[in-house]
Amino acid sequence: MEFWRVPFDADTIQVTLGIVHILEDRCKGCGYCIEYCPKQALEFSTNFNQKGYHPPVVVKPEECVNCHYCEIICPEFAIFSVEYPRITEPGQTETKHVI
Amino acid sequence: MQDIPTPSKKQPCHPLDDLIRTDRIPHIWCPGCGIGTVFSACLAALKGSGINLRKTVMVSGIGCSGRAAGYVKLDSFHTTHGRAIPFATGLKLANPELNIVVFSGDGDLFAIGGNHFIHAARRNMDMTVICVNNLNYGMTGGQVAATTPHLAKSTTTPIGNPETPFNLPLMAYACGATYVARWTMLHIRDLTDSITEAICKKGFSFIEALSPCPVNYGRRNKQKPLDMLRLYQEKAIIKNHADPSTLDIDFEKGIILGKFIDLDRPTFIEQYDKIYRPSRLQENVSELNS
Ligand SMILES: Cc1ncc(C[n+]2csc(CCOP(=O)(O)OP(=O)(O)O)c2C)c(N)n1
Ligand code: SF4
Ligand code: SF4
Ligand code: SF4
Ligand SMILES: [Mg+2]
Repeated sequence: MEFWRVPFDADTIQVTLGIVHILEDRCKGCGYCIEYCPKQALEFSTNFNQKGYHPPVVVKPEECVNCHYCEIICPEFAIFSVEYPRITEPGQTETKHVI
Repeated sequence: MQDIPTPSKKQPCHPLDDLIRTDRIPHIWCPGCGIGTVFSACLAALKGSGINLRKTVMVSGIGCSGRAAGYVKLDSFHTTHGRAIPFATGLKLANPELNIVVFSGDGDLFAIGGNHFIHAARRNMDMTVICVNNLNYGMTGGQVAATTPHLAKSTTTPIGNPETPFNLPLMAYACGATYVARWTMLHIRDLTDSITEAICKKGFSFIEALSPCPVNYGRRNKQKPLDMLRLYQEKAIIKNHADPSTLDIDFEKGIILGKFIDLDRPTFIEQYDKIYRPSRLQENVSELNS
């Protein structure tokens, strides 16, 4: 995670991570999720969906902070994020993920 | 960073799937149309408000925005053009237990249906009205509307709109609405919060949601879908409690967004019962006390 100003308690803050799900065949390729993802985690896929649109694809999965903005801006109910399950031991900066 | 598992191949369920008629999705709205986003905010608000959704009804009129009633998995009515509010009024009066949400377009609510809006607000009819304002008649090919900005192009004003558009929040306030807010489809969290507040509040609530119609309005005004969203971002001035008379839409000056009015006064049903059905009022009081 990059900060433009490192918070004093950066090492104790847990940054939430997300997993993005894309329902490709609902997408109409407007690109709003791609444009407004605060972490630039998404891009247009080179593949076409059933209707001939390019749905988004997650290009930087590790960057997703589960903010849900892609989910709430999508006019098509075609994308959403869920929290990445994990455990962090107190005082530890690195996060261990549980799958 | 660590390995990221690939999401499972099984088609996952969108968090709002329980409130949409998924068999009708993809919906008819064009790529880049903002109606779907406003609709999604409305569903999130319905879900988050904690109201009894089995006693909640969505009513729409005619237009692209009016199609919303056909996609929500609740009791819903797709009524005739301009008549969503009088239809909703009838529902509320016949069954005052219902929570009523009217979801419709600017043309439907303020041109052909303008008079109904005025009187429902004057009576403080207990309902939430969400207007998708895309600045034109989207469904019929982009004609000028009562909300089209001065000088904007439409099929019926090919070199620019000579008229002055409505200031919708001012109109709602002047007519007697007890909750008035305006957001754009980019300010989704604020929009959702406002809709939630409005749904939980008794009385006539009005929310204007600015939303792009790239196919009809955008194309004639040289605005690609993302240009419109950038305009919302650049021109938005968030000013809660702003004076409603300052809220006219002029993209040069900036667009004021926020919650403008939040006050209480007796609803139509309360006033009616007080005078014509005092016994029912008494019943309600004893019910509350028991
Ligand atoms: C009585 C009647 N008059 C006119 C029409 C044609 N008509 C259909 S939709 C519409 C305007 C819709 O505009 P708006 O409410 O802004 O919805 P949008 O499509 O922009 O979401 C009109 C005039 C109609 N269906 N019925
Ligand atoms: S949840 Fe937020 S960070 Fe993750 S992809 Fe969506 S918009 Fe980007
Ligand atoms: S916002 Fe939705 S419809 Fe638009 S590109 Fe993203 S997933 Fe597709
Ligand atoms: S015509 Fe305009 S308002 Fe109607 S669905 Fe298309 S973009 Fe949306
Ligand atoms: Mg319209």
